[in-house]
Amino acid sequence: MGEKSKKGDFMADAFAEPQVPDGLFQKCEKCGEIICSEDVVTNYHTCPNCQAYFRVPPRARISMVADKGSFIEWDMGLPVSDPLKFPGYLEKLEHMRQVTGIDEAVLTGAVRIDGMPVAIGVMAASFMMGSMGEIVGEKLTRMIERATRERLPIVIFCSSGGARMQEGIVSLMQMAKTAGALKRHSDAGLYYVSVLTDPTTGGVVASFAMLGDTILAEPGALIGFAGPRVIEQTIGQKLPEGFQRSEFLLEHGFVDKIVKRERMKKTLSFLIEGSGGEKPSLVRTFAAPVPPQEKVEID
Amino acid sequence: MEELTAWERVKRARSSERPTSIDYISGIFDRFMELHGDRVCRDDGAIVGGIARIEGIMVTVIGEQKGRTLKQNQKRNFGMPYPDGYRKALRLMKQAEKFGRPIICFVDTPGAFCGIEAEERGQGEAIARNLYEMSALKVPVLSIFIGEGGSGGALALAVANEVWMLENATYSILSPEGFASILWKDGKRANEAAGVMKITAEDLKELHIVERVFGESLPQKEEEPDGFAADGWGTMLENGALTADGDDTKQEDTEDEEEEPNVLNRDNMELVAGQLREGILEFLRVYHRKTPTQIVQERYERFRRF
Ligand SMILES: [Zn+2]
Repeated sequence: MGEKSKKGDFMADAFAEPQVPDGLFQKCEKCGEIICSEDVVTNYHTCPNCQAYFRVPPRARISMVADKGSFIEWDMGLPVSDPLKFPGYLEKLEHMRQVTGIDEAVLTGAVRIDGMPVAIGVMAASFMMGSMGEIVGEKLTRMIERATRERLPIVIFCSSGGARMQEGIVSLMQMAKTAGALKRHSDAGLYYVSVLTDPTTGGVVASFAMLGDTILAEPGALIGFAGPRVIEQTIGQKLPEGFQRSEFLLEHGFVDKIVKRERMKKTLSFLIEGSGGEKPSLVRTFAAPVPPQEKVEID
Repeated sequence: MEELTAWERVKRARSSERPTSIDYISGIFDRFMELHGDRVCRDDGAIVGGIARIEGIMVTVIGEQKGRTLKQNQKRNFGMPYPDGYRKALRLMKQAEKFGRPIICFVDTPGAFCGIEAEERGQGEAIARNLYEMSALKVPVLSIFIGEGGSGGALALAVANEVWMLENATYSILSPEGFASILWKDGKRANEAAGVMKITAEDLKELHIVERVFGESLPQKEEEPDGFAADGWGTMLENGALTADGDDTKQEDTEDEEEEPNVLNRDNMELVAGQLREGILEFLRVYHRKTPTQIVQERYERFRRF
């Protein structure tokens, strides 16, 4: 695999992730086709046959949107919290760390996107369903506070099953903690883009995921507060097709724009350029006319 | 400017051939990215909004959007926004204020949508909230009337530092039909009502409701023999004059459908879009030098004086 990893920006990172299939071929769960794993990776982690979106390992995600080599990771190895002394939790965490190669369900740090410095958080659905416990909340909050101090815009790629049950009520407090930090970031006049990927549910939706100045979503992602199965059991009805998918949220006014993976970097770049700090456009000097390079995006 | 009666201008403003907000956005800005949703209930297709770039300057653009076909109008609701549309617009405007982006609005609506759901979700509250919040936005706001300016539904995007109109756009307290039916109990006297309501750009400039009017006259076409063209126009004007007394509105409507070569449409709008682009750049240059306090105060006084 070593020499192949030179092929794409994010291949090296992706192949370093144990959860990406090691085999040369894999079976697409959507269309059943046997597909080449390398094609999946170079194709933004989508099925080359049916274009289904596969979940993206966090480092690969960063490589897909950040300028090459610009990622600096923050706050690694925070001390483990086990507030309930929940049987087997510490062992489970240790196991997840070995399997995924990351220390918790979120990576945070700084990147550059088309040269613009940005604080970033990327959640990993592969790590205990991307659930938010104290360390996830703490890493995100530290990232947000640092972004506020250093006057950086923030991008968070959300993907989470919700609160970390094994940490009980402490997990719930992470919602208030992250929301409070984002309020200060916003009051400082700074920009936050939340990107909702499959799945973004529970306590994460009810906190930082829905608080972006701009909220983007990947196509077809499951996004909701209560999970569809819980709702069906509660109301005793079958839910309609497409309920709680990105397109449903767009129609109901909760998502600014659905963005395909291959357009994500360009989209983030334009949005951040437009909101890159306090009054960028009023301060900017009037430059010579720029030839129109990109089209009008109405969707 | 062309010599037309107020009612003829109303018909131009309503014409389905007329360029819409999206046409102007495409024709004026170097790049535009649409953003959706009110974060409460719905994304209203009757209002488009997003971030645009013009000569390196980032602005927020919001426009009322009509459809051309029946299918488009299922999405656009004939340019009649629900409260959700006004709430989306306000959300985008507040964001523009946060990030210091000037706001450009395109107004083109028969009016705010009238219906049960619109009332349930607070049509009045949504419009009121826009007037309230727009009065204090710390960034410059420019509203350009490109077609119909129907009442509160138009004003909700027009509490601006400057309001501009195209030559054949209108702006009124209600439709001429509504005006005639309320004051004269006869909706068919719309034509006459249009004449007294002061709804044309020229009239509104005199009343200081608008700052600038942009002409829609197009360069003369060369291919048509002079005599023929003049005849064609003469006949049309006469027909217009014949129906000007207004009892046969149906005939006028069918006449509308014949495409008049000199009427502003998507294919010949380049000149008008270019003039608007120049105007917008000039507006940005002028307001770039003003402080937020000055911008708010001037907008306040602009409406205070009425
Ligand atoms: Zn497939």
